[in-house]
This record gives sequence, structure tokens and C-alpha cells, in this order.
Amino acid sequence: MSLTEAQAEAEHLPEQPPGVPGKGPWRLAWERLRRDRAAMISLAVIAVIVLLALLAPVFAAITGHGPQDQFPSEGVTPEGLPVGPSATFWLGADGLGRDLLVRMLYGARISLFVGIVSTLLATVFGVIIGMVAGFYGGWVDTLLARVLDVVLSFPYLLVAIVLAAVYGAGLPLLIFVIAFFSFAAMARIVRGQTIAYREREFIEAARSLGAGKVRTMFVDVLPNLIAPVTVLASLLIPTSIVFEATLSYLGLGVDPRTPSWGAILYEATDYYRVAPGLLLFPALMLLITTLAFNLLGDGVRDALDPRADRR
Amino acid sequence: MFRFVIRRVLFGVLVLWLVATTVFLLFFAGPADTVARRLAGPRAPQEVVNQIKDSLGLDRPLITQYFDFLGNLLHGDLGISFNSATPVSTLIGQSLPGTIWLVFGAAVLWMIGGIAGGVLSATRPRSVRDRVTTVLVLAGISMPTFVLGMLMIYLALSVFPWSGLRPGPYVSPLIDFKAFLQVMIMPWICLAVVQAAVYVRLTRGSMLDTLGEDYIRTARAKGASERRVTYKHGLRAALTPVITQFGVDIGTLLGGVVVTESVFGLQGLGQLMIRSVRDGDLPVIIGAAIVAAAFIVVANIVVDVAYSFLDPRVRLS
Repeated sequence: MSLTEAQAEAEHLPEQPPGVPGKGPWRLAWERLRRDRAAMISLAVIAVIVLLALLAPVFAAITGHGPQDQFPSEGVTPEGLPVGPSATFWLGADGLGRDLLVRMLYGARISLFVGIVSTLLATVFGVIIGMVAGFYGGWVDTLLARVLDVVLSFPYLLVAIVLAAVYGAGLPLLIFVIAFFSFAAMARIVRGQTIAYREREFIEAARSLGAGKVRTMFVDVLPNLIAPVTVLASLLIPTSIVFEATLSYLGLGVDPRTPSWGAILYEATDYYRVAPGLLLFPALMLLITTLAFNLLGDGVRDALDPRADRR
Repeated sequence: MFRFVIRRVLFGVLVLWLVATTVFLLFFAGPADTVARRLAGPRAPQEVVNQIKDSLGLDRPLITQYFDFLGNLLHGDLGISFNSATPVSTLIGQSLPGTIWLVFGAAVLWMIGGIAGGVLSATRPRSVRDRVTTVLVLAGISMPTFVLGMLMIYLALSVFPWSGLRPGPYVSPLIDFKAFLQVMIMPWICLAVVQAAVYVRLTRGSMLDTLGEDYIRTARAKGASERRVTYKHGLRAALTPVITQFGVDIGTLLGGVVVTESVFGLQGLGQLMIRSVRDGDLPVIIGAAIVAAAFIVVANIVVDVAYSFLDPRVRLS
């Protein structure tokens, strides 16, 4: 029987007994996730934060305060202290008389952008490197695994500090550093999974049908990796957001004038004893965001791997 | 065993050499004027740039500079700080006690809290106390260290000023024990909370794995008390990965608890690095980075050797 005949026959085989609707693994995972109340609330919270970030210019237009605009007369009291929440400054102003709410919303854009872009980069490179190492084995694997060991044993803050000292801080460097360290964790997991699949029968089948190595990797191995990769990626997003905030707080992240949550919190240092809102509002926003992503990530893991016994 | 230790030490030396070489190339590769400008910072006047070029001998071939750099490193000479004209090794020596006290004080707290939390939730999986622990751990993992630190400072200064706790530079306990406690208690708690969250998760997972093993069932079957099964048979075996993580963490943290030190102004090794980046004091950054890498390498060797004592399978592979 030729391959096409086999395929044709497989298509005609009833996969389910009649009357029982078929459910794919993704559908099942989604149904499990929907029953997870914490994950669903987190998803809603993330949707709201994304919406607020997208609507940041609208808020700027309504209040008439741009993210960089300073209002030394309205935003700062004659004594030089930032004003508290009011009808014009909904969450108060910072020490330079800038609108805290507008800056926080623009900060959400930076946090989400860094979180998502660096996670995407880390995932693409981590999956490719991990698959190549695991699939090819031999000296390729030995070399790549050693490199990953070295990367993972390096303290990321130290590297970020040295790189910021040589090349100057900034958004591209920030994303590079975050992606560089996340990619190693991703690659290591993908490598382990690939090694586990390499000797399985369906890979042997692909090989005996004459599929090339690259094709086998992407067509036969990759689909099996989607679950663990999705789980790790969803947990990398909050890690990256915290990392961005921390580096910006230390003055090693985005340009200090850019409204990023870390930079806003750093600037609050001088004022939060008199204006606690400058500390509490951005801190709360950052905490809610990372908590929501972490809870969602845990939910995704439980949904994709029902055997995991909810550890 | 001896060969294993030697092999690990040699690998550690190799890593350190790679780190030093990378750092050297990052800072010193390129035309002499470019390098001098890089070291001096973009705003420094031309005289300073020329002075740096002459005093560091940046005109010489790169390979000569490299061997000088390595030779000085081997002698413990890390160069002179641009800003304070003090030897870098002196600056690092001054900032080490704060970091060391911070790390070991916090380590006591997070090991007690982390292991206790992990055991409590692993012995009663899915119970209320397990759920509560899990939520607390998630909150701890989601909380950025600097935010926790800032909140603690706010509470200490504005809400509980009578506590006497305050942020500030490290004070030696031999000079003023009360002041030592006043500046150290908040950083200890801050670092411990963040670390404990990770350790609860680790202990819980490892403990659940161990308690599912056959020999635990055997211990129960021969009539050992639940307490004996949990602690003598379960916890002892479950702690191996925890100890490994502990060693790695101690090494990384001794290289500078950058965030905690910066938030509380403790003036340890981590804050020294951040300050030098802000001031463009490159000899200090280079020296501190190499010292930090050395801590990590040594800790990794200690962990690997200790691990091979605990688990002989590692040596043989």
C-alpha cells in the first residue's frame, strides 16, 4: 500500500464512535483551563491591562497630560511637593509635576512590550537550539549543552551591569539580555524533550520514509514540544517584566526619561514618604501584572498536563 | 574522588579564565583612542581621555596588555579606581562585610522558612495549609525584590517609626551592635522572603517525590512513626537538591546582592558595582565582576564536590 493510499484510508476511518463529538487535545486543554477560576480571572486582568496600555494615548488626551509633560504649577505644590490624586491628576503627580496615571499606562506598554518580545525571541532561539542539540546529538549536543551550562551559571544581573557599562543602557540591550538568559532555560528543556522523542517509533517511521533531518525536526518533533514550550513561555513573560522593572529601577534599563514602571518607582524614592501613592500605585500595578501572568502560567501548565497532579 | 575534585577545580579555573578574557576583550579591544574614550565615559574632557590612555598604556599591542592584565589579576592587583584613586581591591574589601553579613543572615531565615513551608505543604498535599502556602509562594515569586524593599522602608519610616529600623550603610556589629541590627533586619527579611518562596517550592516538590518512593512505604510498613518517616527517611533524602540550590545561591549572592543592597543603601559589593556603572568607574566594574564570578565558580565547585559525597552516582558518570 502506498503512502497516499494509507492516508486516504486513514481519512475515511471513523476516529470516534458515531454520536460522540471528537475533541482535540487543545480543545480539552482549553476546557480544563476554563474551569480554573484563578486562571480565568488572571486572563481577564491581563486583558484589562493590555487594553489600558493600548488606550494610554486616550487617557493622555482626556486629561490633557502627555507622559513627558511637566506641570510645575498644577502638579507641584508651592512647597515643591507632588500633588495627590484629584480631578485633574487622577492618581496624583510625581516630583516633576507629571501625571502618574498617564505615565503608568505608558509604562504598561513598555512592560508588556519587553515581556512579550523577549519571550518570543527566547522561545524561537531556545526551541531551535534545543532541538538541534537534542536531535543531532554527538559533538553538536556536547558543545551546545556546555554553552547552555555556562550561560545558565552566569548571574544575569552581573552581565547586564557589565554590558550596560560598555555599551550604555537602553531598550534593545535590555531585550537582548533578557532574551539571552531566558533562551538558555528554554533550550535546555527543549533539548531534554527532543532526546526523549528522538528514539520513538514515529521518528523512525519518518526517517524510513526518507524525511530529511530538518523536516523531521520541524514536522514530527516540534508539534510534541508545543505543550512544555507554551508552559515555559507563559512563565517567562512575568519573569521578563520583573527583570525589565528591576533593571530600569537600577538605572540600567530604558532611558530614565521613558515612563517605565521600574523608572517611575526609582523616581518615587525621593517623594514616597510624603506622597505614598507614587510608590503604592505603580507597585500594585506591577505586582498585579506579574501575579496574573504567573497564575495564568500555572493554569496553562495544569491544563496542558492533567497528569501533573497539580504540584 | 581525588581525580573528580581535580577535574572540577580545573574546569573552574577554565571558566574564570574565560570570564576574565571576555571582560578584558569587552573593555579593551579596539583602537587606543576609542578604548580610552570608552573607559573615560562620553562626557569626560579630552585631557582625561589622554591621561587614561597614557596611564593604562593603551597604545601597546593588545596581547601585551592582555598578559599584563592577567599577570596583575594573578597578583590580586585589580587596578585603581578612576573616581576615588583608591585601589579597586581596597574598595571591594570594604564592601564585602556588608554583603557577607546580608547573605548569611538572610540564608538562615530563608532556609528555616523555606524548608518548614515545603515540609508543611508536602505532608498534607491539597489541604488548606498547602493551598495557603502555594498562594504565598506565588505572591513571593511575583513580587519584585525592589518593590518589597521599598514597601518595607515606607512601612518602617512612615508607619512604624518607633521600630528604629532604617535603611543605610552597613555598620560593623563589633562597633555598634544596635545600629548593625537596625540597618540589617530589613534587608535580611527582604532577601529572605524572595528566596524562601523558591525554597518552599523546591522542598515541596522534592519532598513529594521522596515520599512516593518505595522505601518510604517500607519504613511505614515496618512500623516507623509518621514523624520518623517524614523527617528521618523523607526529609533527609529530599534535601539533596535543596542543598545544591543553596550552594549555588550563596555563590551568586556573595558576588553582590545588587537589588537588595541598592534599595537599602547597604553599600555592599552589588551596590558598589551599580554605583561604578553610574559613575563610569570601569576598573571597579571589571574588578567587582571578576570577584563575583570567582565566588560563583568556587561555590559551584563546592556544591559539585559535596554532591558527589551525598550521591556517589554523580562521580561515576
